[in-house]
Amino acid sequence: MNIIKIKDLSFSYDKVNVLENINLEIKKGDFLAIIGPNGGGKSTLLKLILKLKEPQKGSIEKSLKEESFGYVPQNTNLNIDFPITALEVVLMGHIGSKRKLFGYSKEDIACAMKSLDQVGMQEFAKSKIGNLSGGQRQRVFIARALCANPQVMLLDEPTASIDVKGQKEVYELLAKLNENITIVVVSHDISVLLNYAKSVAHVNKNLVYHKLDNVEKNIDDSEHLCEVELLSALGKKSSCGCNHGY
Amino acid sequence: MDINMLIQALSFDFVQNALLAGVLISIAAGIIGSLVVVNRLTFLAGGIAHSSYGGIGLAIFLGIPILLGATVFAVITAIFIAFITQYNKTRIDSIIGMMWALGMAIGIIFVDLTPGYNVDLMSYLFGSIIAVSNEDIIYMFTLDILVILLISIFYKEILAVSYDSEFAKLRGISVRFFYTLILILAALCVVAAIRVVGLILVIALLTIPTYLAEIFASKLSSMMIISSFFALFFTISGLVISYFYDISSGASIIIVGVITLFLVKVIKR
Repeated sequence: MNIIKIKDLSFSYDKVNVLENINLEIKKGDFLAIIGPNGGGKSTLLKLILKLKEPQKGSIEKSLKEESFGYVPQNTNLNIDFPITALEVVLMGHIGSKRKLFGYSKEDIACAMKSLDQVGMQEFAKSKIGNLSGGQRQRVFIARALCANPQVMLLDEPTASIDVKGQKEVYELLAKLNENITIVVVSHDISVLLNYAKSVAHVNKNLVYHKLDNVEKNIDDSEHLCEVELLSALGKKSSCGCNHGY
Repeated sequence: MDINMLIQALSFDFVQNALLAGVLISIAAGIIGSLVVVNRLTFLAGGIAHSSYGGIGLAIFLGIPILLGATVFAVITAIFIAFITQYNKTRIDSIIGMMWALGMAIGIIFVDLTPGYNVDLMSYLFGSIIAVSNEDIIYMFTLDILVILLISIFYKEILAVSYDSEFAKLRGISVRFFYTLILILAALCVVAAIRVVGLILVIALLTIPTYLAEIFASKLSSMMIISSFFALFFTISGLVISYFYDISSGASIIIVGVITLFLVKVIKR
């Protein structure tokens, strides 16, 4: 069952095309990795799916309500010194819904604690977010998205600025969540991602989609894999323009 | 400075007013200062503070209450800057710089054009302990009530917009509305603080206590409370020093603040 159907989608910033005639169908239960070079339009595609940006051409059809989509933004853009606890970050997942005049309801707090428990971060509920490691912080952001009971979770570079151990923790968590939730991840960490993704979309203005069912994915964690090598492995010779910089 | 002099000082109405103003402005400065710092709006708040001088000059020229002139000018500047920030972020620093200077220039011109004007303008620039009137006290009290009420009701939304505006937008929160609200509250706070520290030093009263509170706070709400206590300590100490040594209250308050900040940073190392 398709939950997202993107048809002939184009988008440009100040007349510079970043996405051209994108066609993509995301099926329920998929673990889709969106890869591509910097500036290739990966994050823009995610924001268009989330309606944070409006497409200039084409359409995005969803078979689920907007509330069913959870989002984990790139947290490298956030202020690490901000005075906020892990619990408060997760509670943000409830804003915009039915609200109490002051503070949060007991149900909201219980739900946030449950989400933190799901990602193994309950004991850090009162910790300042800036005092957590990159991997722990990312798990808190995933818990925030979980708070609204999403059926699809979209993540933008969830392992940016995280060490290898942290990256593995995040992807293992996502693989576990993928038992019930459709996952769409924008990432550079192809070698790690390949152990978990079920399909891959290479975005560099245009989009090339591959299912990964038949691809050998036994890649050692320490091994470096560029998307050129990935596409070669898939039998689609293509230039990603990344100059093997991943 | 002996205890008898202190008791005698406290019997004067203007000293009581100044101390009350110190308490009231510390509450607003701690809360709004925290929002200014976490949203990285310090330069922007400085622009609003200096542009409010245009309102002071205009009020003197028209013979209307100075607080009214400064408030209208500062709030209009805040709304204008909020509007510009939404549409042209790349030029925002130049625009704030221009508003900063333009407000001062308008103020100076209107004061020049006012016949026979001889009020001490230095008190608006650097603060004056003897200048706090009953109207100023009422203004600060009303501002405190407004700030506490708005922050209590919209704490969740303001926290979300300040920390992660993109996520807040996704959850259906009007980022533009809350950003504008924060700037308007900053404008009102700046105007209220002009009597105590003066418009040139007002930005320090918003940032130094918050910078210190950041060391101890793990939540925005606790940062606001700790920051208010630091602001209170600086304001009262500064006012006492200002009274006994006959120096500008604003400068005394800021010097106490900077020395405390330095000491805390050294001790915390």
